[in-house]
Amino acid sequence: MSHQLIKVYEEGQVGVIQLNRPKVLNALNRQMVDEIVEQLEVYDRNPEIRVMVIKGNDKVFAAGADIDEMLEDTPLSIELTDPFAVWDRMTLIKKPIIAAVNGFCLGGAFELALHCDLIIAGEDAKFGFPEVKLGVMPGAGGTQLLTKAIGQRRALEWIWLGEMHDADEAKSLGIVNRVVAPELVEEEAMRFTHSLAKQAPISVRLIKEAVRAAGDLPLREGMRLERKNFYLAFDSEDQTEGMKAFVEKRPPNFKGV
Amino acid sequence: MDFETIHYSEKDGLATITLNRPKAYNAFTKEMNKEITKALKVANKNNDVRCVVFTGEGKAFCSGQDLQDVDENTNHAEFLRERYQPMLKQLKDTTKPVVAAINGTAAGAGMSLALACDFRLMKPDAKFVSAFVGIGLIPDSGMMYHLPRLIGYAKAMEMTVLGRPMTGTEAYAVGLVTEVVEDNEWDEKVNEFTQNLAGMPTKSIALVKRYMMDSMHESYDEFLEKEAYAQRIAGQSKDHHEGVLSFKEKRQPTYTGQ
Repeated sequence: MSHQLIKVYEEGQVGVIQLNRPKVLNALNRQMVDEIVEQLEVYDRNPEIRVMVIKGNDKVFAAGADIDEMLEDTPLSIELTDPFAVWDRMTLIKKPIIAAVNGFCLGGAFELALHCDLIIAGEDAKFGFPEVKLGVMPGAGGTQLLTKAIGQRRALEWIWLGEMHDADEAKSLGIVNRVVAPELVEEEAMRFTHSLAKQAPISVRLIKEAVRAAGDLPLREGMRLERKNFYLAFDSEDQTEGMKAFVEKRPPNFKGV
Repeated sequence: MDFETIHYSEKDGLATITLNRPKAYNAFTKEMNKEITKALKVANKNNDVRCVVFTGEGKAFCSGQDLQDVDENTNHAEFLRERYQPMLKQLKDTTKPVVAAINGTAAGAGMSLALACDFRLMKPDAKFVSAFVGIGLIPDSGMMYHLPRLIGYAKAMEMTVLGRPMTGTEAYAVGLVTEVVEDNEWDEKVNEFTQNLAGMPTKSIALVKRYMMDSMHESYDEFLEKEAYAQRIAGQSKDHHEGVLSFKEKRQPTYTGQ
């Protein structure tokens, strides 16, 4: 598959997607989101890949959505092209997706990061939804995902005022997992990702499904899903290997089957 | 660079910011806050600049906020947010050592500016005067943050609440200034000190600045992790390689700040 607006490469069992429109601070346009989602789906089906990373460059994750692209939009034109529908496919990805963030992560880019499972951010990272200042609002999940992450009051404050927030604040609210030196975002993200890739892949994907369900389902259904996934894990060779290795006091060798 | 309230020059790796309103003892105006912020950005961007020096034109270093700008309608919080916070944040983000060459009185926010720098050189009879509490205000522009970190809470309370002026000689005794320099040696010694800094591995100095001040209010575990980041970055720097190489080759190192 050819990519124009992203770069793609694999490092061991980690698939990396780099946003690549540096001249416009990686502004997300529709083609770019399409390319990202398609690549995530390719990696999700690739048995060699266990974890995926989405990153920008060492200066900026992405400054937001491509405004020029939206200037001519009418309600009917966007209803018919339905440009945000592709985002739904990102929620169906079963393997872990890690966002590695330097610099601006605003608007559509923040939505992209919130669609990821974990966020590793540099001390220089800035998060926010400036849409309100342009007389619009987040449209690719921002109001929902941020609210699930930090609660209604905080989310309203962030989205109403449209201000930028730094990495430490984002971490204290639970949006960001780790804050690292700006120079080391990529290195630390890869270090984290490689250690995640060593975990039993079946467990990792069943855990992701169950934890994600906690944000959506009533408790009883979530509990039921968790239990099913727990039982399902017992059909994997990795479960046998993991428990055996524990008893034999040696490190397990997980194969993802 | 064209500035009205400061003079800015770059020479031999040094950027010098001279507060330049000598008739008002270099008091801060809105324009001066802005120009200092801008000058710091310019210095920070230029890789050839390895050290930044603040000093004052004429008799004073800086007498603090120009009270002509303040009246009964002043909203002091807005005042700080608009004028001082950008300057202080830029100063913290400056990735080179910053030296205050305190040639005369540093009062109020002028003292705060000196405290926000990484090193202070001072004439023996120049004075720090906190001044704020004396007119019913609180010490601002970062003074309540920096001062107890520099000299401890007890001394910081004395200086700010009792408002006793402190001379360069006294400030040296409590560890607030690095060197006391006599009037007749001032230019030469300040230049010597700052040139020396500019020739050091300034990238590692920037990392020290980035993490040491914050270490005073962080948990040990958090700090240790940041230390690991900083050493990883320093360990990959050209200056580190030069340092090790020059040691092996038994010669003086030449550092570039990269």
